Amino acid sequence: MATDSKSFLRAAPAEPLPPPVARSGIIGWLRENLFSSPFNIALTLICAAFLAWIVPPLLRFFVFDAIWSADSREACLASPDNPDPGACWAFIRVWFSYFVYGFYPQAQRWRVDIFFAALAFGIVWLAWLHAPRRDTGAVYFFIVLPILSYVLLSGVPMVGLASVPSTLWGGILVTIVVATVGIVVSLPLGILLALGRRSDIPVVKFFSTAFIEFVRGVPLITVLFMASVMLPLFVPERFAPEKLLRALIGVAMFASAYMAEVVRGGLASVPRGQYEAAQALGLPFWRMMALVILPQALRVTLPNIVNTFIALFKDTSLVFIVGIFDFLRTIEAARVDPHWATPNTSVTGYAFAAAFYFICCYGMSRYARNVEARLARAHRR
Amino acid sequence: MVAPMVDIAVPRHTSRRAWRLGSIALQVALVVVVAGLFYAAAVNAARNLAAAHIASGFGFWDNIAGFDISQTLIPYAPSTSTFGDAFWVGLLNTLLVASLAIVLSTVLGFTVGIARLSRNWLVSHLAGGYVELIRNIPLLLQLLFWYNAVLKALPELHGSMTLPGGGFFNNRGLFLPRPQFGANFRYVIAALAIGIVISIVLNIWARRRLDRTGQRFQIRWIVAGLIGLLPYLIFLAAGSPLSFSFPAMGRFNVQGGVEILPEFAALLLALSLYTAAFIAEVVRAGLLAVPQGQTEAAQALGLPPGTTLRRIVIPQAMRVIVPPLTSQYLNLIKNSSLAVAIGYPDLFQVFTGSVLFITGQAVEIVAVTMAVYLVISLVTSLLMNWYGHAMRIAER
Repeated sequence: MATDSKSFLRAAPAEPLPPPVARSGIIGWLRENLFSSPFNIALTLICAAFLAWIVPPLLRFFVFDAIWSADSREACLASPDNPDPGACWAFIRVWFSYFVYGFYPQAQRWRVDIFFAALAFGIVWLAWLHAPRRDTGAVYFFIVLPILSYVLLSGVPMVGLASVPSTLWGGILVTIVVATVGIVVSLPLGILLALGRRSDIPVVKFFSTAFIEFVRGVPLITVLFMASVMLPLFVPERFAPEKLLRALIGVAMFASAYMAEVVRGGLASVPRGQYEAAQALGLPFWRMMALVILPQALRVTLPNIVNTFIALFKDTSLVFIVGIFDFLRTIEAARVDPHWATPNTSVTGYAFAAAFYFICCYGMSRYARNVEARLARAHRR
Repeated sequence: MVAPMVDIAVPRHTSRRAWRLGSIALQVALVVVVAGLFYAAAVNAARNLAAAHIASGFGFWDNIAGFDISQTLIPYAPSTSTFGDAFWVGLLNTLLVASLAIVLSTVLGFTVGIARLSRNWLVSHLAGGYVELIRNIPLLLQLLFWYNAVLKALPELHGSMTLPGGGFFNNRGLFLPRPQFGANFRYVIAALAIGIVISIVLNIWARRRLDRTGQRFQIRWIVAGLIGLLPYLIFLAAGSPLSFSFPAMGRFNVQGGVEILPEFAALLLALSLYTAAFIAEVVRAGLLAVPQGQTEAAQALGLPPGTTLRRIVIPQAMRVIVPPLTSQYLNLIKNSSLAVAIGYPDLFQVFTGSVLFITGQAVEIVAVTMAVYLVISLVTSLLMNWYGHAMRIAER
């Protein structure tokens, strides 16, 4: 090999150096995101201390020291060999079927299960944007399903289903029924009210606006109270609706007013040219709305509609106050059961309820966010 | 090849006259139907109420109430006060809890909203977790949790926990020393009022001067002296006319001091934490709506991050924040009616609960309650509109 050459030419590119340790990998990430300045370091330490203070006790209470199965409250009470017991999940197991069905007769509960399945099917059909025949899905959800549910849950003796009075319904069943009725009624009614509010016809506009603003200006409890206390006064005595139906009317009124404002926002986002084009084609008002405007308006505002559903789903817990045995009410009833009363029973019951609501609402909000992202992508194209 | 001409029929509805006639017919029909419904409702209500021997009208307003209320901001006694007094007690309790919750939730909501945008991963995710957790659980459940599982699980009377400074708390509430003002305390109040008025005048003058001459006049220390030091000197000169009555443990109850009901504390806590999560989202959206260039321009001018946030970003974000913030405040006020679930004596619990139960006059009472909430909502929107108007960019 020639050692006297004065120049050196590299034949192959040098191996790239690894990035500085301090700027890449875990350490770099930590420096960038947690320890970039003295203030940040202080914040990080405070947050870490907070987490260290709160997470281990929670884990201990709800998981490690929790009582998963037991025959009676004794296991959930403090004892010499378990001085500080955790959550009493055994209580939830014992009461679980009550939380789901309420006092629905044991032998008839398969009907509730079919209702849950039919509802889940309808929701998937409508929510899955690539599902086939979504227009049929809408017919199923808004027309077939309500009739089917009524037949199944309330029972029609003529077809061999024993009738089950709504006073026996309870738990998650009632929560789901109230929320579903709210959704099924509020969407069409909300669209009508929104169209009414944007109408050129003064009387229609006045009534729609008055209804929307009135309902939105008062708390849901007062609407529910009006439905459950005043409604029986307003109709002849023999037509007085039963308790659950009254609450459903209140919830449906309330949800429709909020849905109307959401739909109105969607209608406003459809460009004026779309209206004019539809009119230029000679489409009459209702066909213009059904074929041109509403499909676009509802599509744009779908995330907001789902967010309204989330709010509605949480608000269904208020029927508790007018004496309906919804999910939260069954928790309240069960947690004071003397057979299971322990210092931890209430917390366990509330944690279970919170988990149920959280999973439902968080799922819906993730869906809304996905649709939103998809719409944003479609918009950019 | 020429396409065959298609004869397009002109739709009949385009006839303006026919449309107008249809519109008038629709309006008349709608008015008739709505009026008919109201009339039928009124007739039925009159008949049903007469059958149940329930009076109508507002004659009950001046009758003796006869029930006790656990928290009263104005004098109230079951044996002498009327239903009308009960109404005002309930209304004041609603306003008290709602206004305190608005302040707390705004402070917490802005903090969490800003924290969500922090570049510190731990801070932003902690704030995000808080928002997601709180927003997805019904307020009623949270309220019951705070009341039944936390505050009612506190020690009994005899195991009360003491606070530094002479207060204590147990499952009956929080007991704090009650300030007792001497006669001379009015001079301190007067000094404070004078200090505030002078400070406001001074502030206006300083701002005018800044606009006119560009010279800044630091009034910070003068204001501190006027509002803090002056009343304190007067307070000392007047012979310290302030003492505290400390709560004392009785055998069955606590005597003296200020009592904060656990119902009040639970409602305040639940409302503030719940609304703060929504306000945080509003604030985050508002801050993101301010163009990045504004922050960069501020940095280029050498402003420190805190000043950039306070002077550049937040004032612009406020224009986006105010309308949704208003609706959060309205929600909070309406949600305060959930007090009925834990028995805090707010307007709804006192009036639609107790008074309705005693008198049975559902129509009048529900109508009054709804009207009050409508008025509160209206006044809040007006205030916030006025604030939004003041915050809008002055375009020249």
